[in-house]
Amino acid sequence: MRVNAVDLACRRGGRDVFAGVSFQLARGEALAVTGRNGAGKSSLLRIIGGFIRPAGGRLWLDGGDPELSIAEQAHYLGHQDAVKPSLSVAENLHFWTAFFGADARKVQDTLERVGLGAIAALPAAYLSAGQRRRLSIGRLLAVKRPIWLLDEPSSTLDAAGRDRLTDFMKSHLAGGGLILAATHGALGLSGTQELSLDQKIPLPVSGDNLGGGSEAKVGAVTP
Amino acid sequence: MTPLSALLVRDMRIAIRVGGGALIGVLFFVVVVTLTPFAIGPDLALLKRIGPAILWLAALLASLLALDRLFASDHEDGSLDLILTGRAPLELVIAAKGLAHWLTTAVPLIVAAPLIGLLLNIEPPAQAGLVLTLLVGTPALTFIGIVGAAIAVTLRRGGLLLAIIVLPLTVPVLIFGVAAANAAVAGPAPFGTPFTVLCALTLASLVIGPFAAAAALRLDIE
Repeated sequence: MRVNAVDLACRRGGRDVFAGVSFQLARGEALAVTGRNGAGKSSLLRIIGGFIRPAGGRLWLDGGDPELSIAEQAHYLGHQDAVKPSLSVAENLHFWTAFFGADARKVQDTLERVGLGAIAALPAAYLSAGQRRRLSIGRLLAVKRPIWLLDEPSSTLDAAGRDRLTDFMKSHLAGGGLILAATHGALGLSGTQELSLDQKIPLPVSGDNLGGGSEAKVGAVTP
Repeated sequence: MTPLSALLVRDMRIAIRVGGGALIGVLFFVVVVTLTPFAIGPDLALLKRIGPAILWLAALLASLLALDRLFASDHEDGSLDLILTGRAPLELVIAAKGLAHWLTTAVPLIVAAPLIGLLLNIEPPAQAGLVLTLLVGTPALTFIGIVGAAIAVTLRRGGLLLAIIVLPLTVPVLIFGVAAANAAVAGPAPFGTPFTVLCALTLASLVIGPFAAAAALRLDIE
């Protein structure tokens, strides 16, 4: 399985966010997407997740299940944790496990792994931001999907939580998974590819534009 | 548990717990219908004549109350994104959410209708017909409403827009629902004709609603 992107461009609210983004990511590899605020890290992950359409370029998957889209083989861990406050911790995870068609009997095990086993029956309204993030990380563990799209996954986690997340990512990669993570810090994984979006700004500058053929591409798609 | 039954159970759990909104609808329905005889006075013949219309109007407004949160709460907490990455077709997901909404808001209201109908001088034999019209007609209100809910999902105060979009579309349901209920309560017009049209409206909305709502949601998410 390999995720390929060639010359991806993104346009949000009439503003060109980035253009000329290309990468290849094979099984067992991680890609750290970096860049300043507003560089389009989240937008790139949302394009790969299929939530927004790219303004240009191509995105495709080699291998994997041809019946399924990239989004249907991916976990998306965004800024929002998709936790319902009126359901208990276990009910929240149980729902996502069942909704994604996985075995819901592993819920308690998964909660132990992310460090929430003791408070499984607590309504999720009482969770802290870090605990909510742990709960949504539990979703990645309970349901097997090969591609992980992580948007600043460690932002609210404490040191122990970060260590656990790094372990989870390592074992996911070791099991043949792929990880694309938007991050400001280091991912803590060896052999991570890095994709900086800072140089991908589609300004109409001639000469030193590192975005390669991005100008022509953007020009072609601008209405 | 299949993905869709998991979603159904989750939505019903959320609706019946604190702040869920299932009780709001039926309480609103009971309060509006209860106030009517006080406003109109003890004219039993008049109450009987307008009773079905009052019940239907109250049911229509009550079913709109919690509708604006149907997709908006999932959108705000990121659940909607994840639902889109699921393998269940979005149309069926929407139908499951609509069913959960109908079971938690419309069914309590249908159960309360015979009791509350007594206040409008609707007697037990006629109540059966009235309840039947509500049972058949309220799914149409829900499944027309989910289209509006899907259109208004990204708006902060989508409730008002939702009412403006949805209420005109419910006019046929209201006309034939009240016509059938009137026939059951007061006669002498036949019950069968408007009731059959009401069934047809419900069946059509069950099919069209999820597809229209799915198209609107896909646009909204971008």
